[in-house]
Amino acid sequence: MYFDSLSDLINMGGHGLYVWSSYAITLVLLTSSILLPWLNLKRTRKQLSRQIAREAANSR
Amino acid sequence: MWNWLKTLYHRLGSPKWFYQITSKWLPWFVGSSLLLLGLGLVLGLAYAPMDYQQGNSFRIMYVHVPAAFLAQSVYMMMAVAGIVLLVWKMKMADVVAQALAPIGAIMTFISLVTGAIWGMPTWGTWWMWDARLTSMLILFFLYLGVMALREALSPQETAAKACALLAIVGVINIPIIKYSVDWWYTLHQPASIKLTEKPAMPASMYLPLLFMVLGFYALLGWSVLLRARAEVLRREAKSGWVRELLKDK
Repeated sequence: MYFDSLSDLINMGGHGLYVWSSYAITLVLLTSSILLPWLNLKRTRKQLSRQIAREAANSR
Repeated sequence: MWNWLKTLYHRLGSPKWFYQITSKWLPWFVGSSLLLLGLGLVLGLAYAPMDYQQGNSFRIMYVHVPAAFLAQSVYMMMAVAGIVLLVWKMKMADVVAQALAPIGAIMTFISLVTGAIWGMPTWGTWWMWDARLTSMLILFFLYLGVMALREALSPQETAAKACALLAIVGVINIPIIKYSVDWWYTLHQPASIKLTEKPAMPASMYLPLLFMVLGFYALLGWSVLLRARAEVLRREAKSGWVRELLKDK
């Protein structure tokens, strides 16, 4: 590791707040750009299969 | 090679084939994005040496540069998809274009926000109306415009054509972003890394950046495939293969 201690890593010579907040915001946004489409895909599959089942029941 | 490309093109035009093949591609995108981003994050935060001018704030580069890079690259992809839709009427191109817009907007937003945070310790200000920053803000609004247009217009075919047109016209902004640091006086530093030259920094500094850029690309693929797959199912809901696929689930 480049830093001598964990507190050095967190503090980053006074730039810690800037660096860590940038990384945190990026991680949150990247995670949401996977999580939201994934949930949407699951919801779409469920909705469509329910619709298909309903139509099959109606046509019988 | 040419024939192979032609076959691939025709297959990609088929929603069913797209849905099937992407379920095989997905795990690769998932695995490589997790691996590369994990590696890049740890190396960039804790192992890269400090920049002698900017101190540790330069570590913001490892999230800022890939995001800014992809923001532009995704826009170009969206414009290419637009051309494919308008010229060859390939409907799958529109599905991909639709899936690209939100992640492009997110990338632009990340680059703007992390750039502002980086600006504070480096320039002493969050924001300046200079060429690079303003043209990136315009890129963000272009993405929002494309997404709003999609929502506002119907039927779907009209919306698709309008989005494609806006995406293509907006490409004019991309060279402006790229050369803004050379054409105008600006606070923003010029590119730190060029594809054609050996980087002027040690490997311990540029390797994390390389991992992050590749990781961002993999995550882009992952996100786009998820969105495109859902959209394919919605658009093809009436077709036989979707009914077969979702019949007993």
